[in-house]
Amino acid sequence: MINMVDEAVIRAAIADLVRGDGGRLLSSLVANLRDFPLAEDSLQDALESALVHWTRSGLPTRPAAWLMRTARRKALDRLRRAANFRSKSSQITLAEEIIRADQDIGEEEAISDDRLRLIFTCCHPALDSLTSVALTLRSVAGLTTEEIAQAFLVSNEAMAQRLVRARHKIAQANIPFEVPRPEAMAERLDAVLTVIYLIFTEGHSANDGQLFRTDLCEEAIRLVMILADLLPDQPEIEGLTALMLLHSARAGTRLTATGEMVSLEDQDRSRWDSHRIAAGLELVQRALARKSAGQYQLQAAIAALHAESPSFSETDWAQIALLYAGLFAIRPNPVFELNRIVAVSYSQSARVALAALDGLALPLSGYQPYYAVRADLLVRLGDREAAGRAYGRAIELSSSAAERRFLKRKADAALRDGE
Amino acid sequence: MKYIALIYSNPGAAPAFGSPEFGAFMASYQAANERYAKDGVLVIGEALKSASTATTLRVRGGKSETMDGPFVESKEQLGGFYVFDCENLDEALKYAAMIPAAQHGAVEVRPIEDYGRS
Repeated sequence: MINMVDEAVIRAAIADLVRGDGGRLLSSLVANLRDFPLAEDSLQDALESALVHWTRSGLPTRPAAWLMRTARRKALDRLRRAANFRSKSSQITLAEEIIRADQDIGEEEAISDDRLRLIFTCCHPALDSLTSVALTLRSVAGLTTEEIAQAFLVSNEAMAQRLVRARHKIAQANIPFEVPRPEAMAERLDAVLTVIYLIFTEGHSANDGQLFRTDLCEEAIRLVMILADLLPDQPEIEGLTALMLLHSARAGTRLTATGEMVSLEDQDRSRWDSHRIAAGLELVQRALARKSAGQYQLQAAIAALHAESPSFSETDWAQIALLYAGLFAIRPNPVFELNRIVAVSYSQSARVALAALDGLALPLSGYQPYYAVRADLLVRLGDREAAGRAYGRAIELSSSAAERRFLKRKADAALRDGE
Repeated sequence: MKYIALIYSNPGAAPAFGSPEFGAFMASYQAANERYAKDGVLVIGEALKSASTATTLRVRGGKSETMDGPFVESKEQLGGFYVFDCENLDEALKYAAMIPAAQHGAVEVRPIEDYGRS
């Protein structure tokens, strides 16, 4: 009798494989089959088959190659079955060619790395950004649909639906599985970086008791590192990597043990992750030396100034204000201007900052941090009554309970100090 | 693969007939059409008469019901269309971006179902 291997061990091994090689396997399959949903389904079939076979006879010598071969055969099965209903003869011919090629190469075959094409397909601008986020986490990062649903606080069904619709659109609208042409590269790369940064900020944003969400930050960092590997020497990729490393270096000090938010001013800098900061600083310098500044490099440069400063009061606020002005020049986003004004309140004065803030009243009238900044400036200028009103508005606009408690504490402290 | 580009625009937003801008607007359509022909992607392209000439038809219980006007009331109306034969969505979007009305209206690009013909 063949020794049965513990199923739990095999399950864990398969999960590791999916996390490590899933993106590579899937992208290689999509490249072969030229059909995104078929590739996903076939890989899923192969994983199920792996659980049965590997539990029976142990891990094969090259598990990834085994999965690849099995997935191709599963794809052929699926195409043959579908052919009974509807002619897909050109695809069957294709799949048969693949099988023949597969047998010629055999076990030694290296799986080609088509992950770059997969990343650009998942982050195609014809998909909405939330869909791209989900698809990238599922297909490139190898997270399960359940994990993604949990991270984004939606039901499994809703997330599965979203993924199905996305794959359907990719197949039906014929979104190309390729790396964009040079003339479209900058724009398309920007879309990819936006998706990765969205994953990071989702994980970084305060939310009650959702511990899993910090894992999203790690996923985003893993994704950008895969991208950096595939597309080396790109200053904005380096910039985004640095930005996320520097932000995540402070993650452990942004919340108290009981989940309360801690402002930058009150964070314990001795607990910031010095390895991540060193790696981030090196990357910012390398990126900026390429003399092609972009929004992520500038944001990383700002994060670097915070990370390098021994204390809040010793921060180089004048330099930070300049960097935000530079950011606003390339991306006229009023939030960058708001941040510039905060820096100005320390490099110049709260009064100068408050005057500048009036210009943002209209564009940021529904934006919580605008009122929090306004309240803080008013407190520093001694106008506690107006500060109280601004805090009240900020609290109204906040969508997170932890954030509301944080603002309430600040508002109470401001009023108390005035008595 | 065939894609239809449906051109939606506010009739008031395009340059008026006889205005100096009208000539340039039509010339840019001419240029786009020539490019489509040269690249061999144009299947058909037509302008439509104004939305007020449209009749919407429904068959309910075997009986035709007609209504005056387009299906959805909105500022932006379907004003014309192109059908392109392209490799993929990126290529179709590239040609759709050359439609002059895209600069003031919107162009919806959709794949055409081929029912196994190709």
